[in-house]
Amino acid sequence: MISRRDFLQASMAASAIWGASGFGNWGRLAAQQVLTQDDLLSFETFGNVSLIHITDIHAQLKPIYFREPEINLGVGESRGAVPHVTGADFRRLYGIDDGSSSHYALTYNDFAALGKTYGKMGGLDRIATVVKSIRADRPDAILLDGGDTWHGSYTCYHTQGQDMVNTMNLLKPDAMTFHWEFTLGSDRVRELIADLPYASLGQNIFDSEWDEPAEDFAPYKFFERGGVKIAVIGQAFPYMPIANPGWMFPEYSFGIRDERMQEMVDEVRGMGAECVVVLSHNGFDVDKKMASRVQGIDVILSGHTHDALPEPALVGETIIVASGSNGKFVSRVDLDIRDGRMMGFRHKLIPIFSDVIEADAEMTAAIDAERAPYEADLNEVVGTVADDTTLFRRGNFNGSWDDLICDALLSERDAEIAMSPGVRWGPSMMPGQQITREDIWNVTSMTYPNAYRTEMTGEFIHTIMEDVADNIFNPDPYYQQGGDMVRMGGLGYRIDINKPIGERISDITLLKTGETLDPSKSYVVAGWASVNEGTEGPEIWDVVESHIRKLGTVSVAPNTSVQVVGA
Amino acid sequence: MKLTRRDSILLAMGASAAAMVPFTANAAVEDLINAFTGGAAVGDAGITLIAPEIAENGNTVPVEVDAPGAVAIMLLATGNPTPSVATFNFGPLAGSQSASTRIRLSKTQNVTAIAKMADGSFAQASSEVKVTIGGCGG
Repeated sequence: MISRRDFLQASMAASAIWGASGFGNWGRLAAQQVLTQDDLLSFETFGNVSLIHITDIHAQLKPIYFREPEINLGVGESRGAVPHVTGADFRRLYGIDDGSSSHYALTYNDFAALGKTYGKMGGLDRIATVVKSIRADRPDAILLDGGDTWHGSYTCYHTQGQDMVNTMNLLKPDAMTFHWEFTLGSDRVRELIADLPYASLGQNIFDSEWDEPAEDFAPYKFFERGGVKIAVIGQAFPYMPIANPGWMFPEYSFGIRDERMQEMVDEVRGMGAECVVVLSHNGFDVDKKMASRVQGIDVILSGHTHDALPEPALVGETIIVASGSNGKFVSRVDLDIRDGRMMGFRHKLIPIFSDVIEADAEMTAAIDAERAPYEADLNEVVGTVADDTTLFRRGNFNGSWDDLICDALLSERDAEIAMSPGVRWGPSMMPGQQITREDIWNVTSMTYPNAYRTEMTGEFIHTIMEDVADNIFNPDPYYQQGGDMVRMGGLGYRIDINKPIGERISDITLLKTGETLDPSKSYVVAGWASVNEGTEGPEIWDVVESHIRKLGTVSVAPNTSVQVVGA
Repeated sequence: MKLTRRDSILLAMGASAAAMVPFTANAAVEDLINAFTGGAAVGDAGITLIAPEIAENGNTVPVEVDAPGAVAIMLLATGNPTPSVATFNFGPLAGSQSASTRIRLSKTQNVTAIAKMADGSFAQASSEVKVTIGGCGG
């Protein structure tokens, strides 16, 4: 008799074969210029339950370019494992043809060239078409939003997330969890979730004063679909008050809390759940570890680290689905739930090629309505991307957008050293594109945007760099608190990612003079996105806009100032 | 004493610098453990210690320890200048042998709990709590 584990693995292999052929096929079809919506959406309905996962939209209502990372290093047990596989290695792993649409959507190489063929991706109106199409197949499909939805654009900032709430409501999600939403401030978050027609979940959102589950968020929600009871447990971003300004939401405490996750799984199983889904904003490596420690989870829908994977990862008997970011992808997961357990699944990472998938008219109208009051500001052209430059951020170390922002800080704030946060959001821009105010906001928008100017000793700068490096390269994912490496402007350095904290960073050099950073000397440092309350300075988008206006055409040379060892 | 957030950030930053010194065996911690156990062997079964992986605020870190059947549990912050946090004693009528409290951690370190069981045996659990500057949240 085939065991459940064998079945899952067999099913996994089947999924891989199916996925691989699908990918190869898209490539050929695209080459013949016949990539169609039907191809992208084709899915043989399976089992009795469908999940639709979308996450980390970062308020990108319109189609965007988004370059996937070139450098995404794993340490410890994650070394060399997905999602820490990029470029050609990623394509070989999943059987993706070079030059295919999947090459463009999932890897960084030849990004500008392939972008001309395959165009922008995402757009909530295209996503609406996909969601409606899946619901035409399976009317009671469960739509789950992994969070980082109410953050990341000009209109989202100016409406305090209302534009995203209004448009997402048209998609009729069934539940949501959270991260950057909390940077709207806890009052605004409570105001928005009070009116949400779907569940706001987070088993790890606690009242900070009493260290008890916060009343404003439910740990889980039950759904009955196709005669099956499904429990969806929410897991918000665990390191909110550490990675983002805790003073904006002082009532709440977070953490991974996998003991309570186990309690919740046991509780819902005890209440008759035949399928347990975790809607997570942990990040992929944390989700992998959690799946190995918490028993009884069937599916983790993974967000936060922006990974897009064509196949789920399997940990024990849990499948982990990663659905990308910025609206580039939607995942559909069909499950066969029988006799109180998951017997098999079928999965597809659906790429939202905006020129192929038709826009949903109702959603387009809603997006236009949200943007209408701001159109003139959004569309004002500030500069142009040079023909030799692609602006991008995603990756463990400085992207070209970050270098441009650091240059803006150095020059506009008259500083020797600049620091820019290693966030994973922020769409890319292609050679020759006009840079509008909206584009600048897409990579800078946040509720703590002040560009500070201060003095720091060389020793303290080194301490910060070591601290941030440990938050990404600690071999235990539970000790990785958030984003990629802090982007340094005006400084070069060497990093050995396999060393412990205090020993990773060396050879810190001032690029302008070639001098080594002096631990005892004070330097003028400009940066933004400080988590400290009361940070003063101009808003970062104004700093960047002013800098780009002076440049006119923006050319950013490839960054050679970070030497990475131990990759 | 009420610490302002700015104070706590500065503390956290100082703490982080201190954390770069590799963990060294702390004689004071060993002495405390020996005094509690009388030098007896210490197992690892029957005790659960729950602490955050990364402290949201190093000045007030919630920890919880549970050791069914224990008569006493000693809690240590092994990297603090004064590692001793508390010893909880449970009488025969105690409904459960668990305790929770909040502790201040000066830097990244192991929090250790040792339970003395009714039969005179000992069990230990440790959990590393990271104290970090924070920021840059993906």
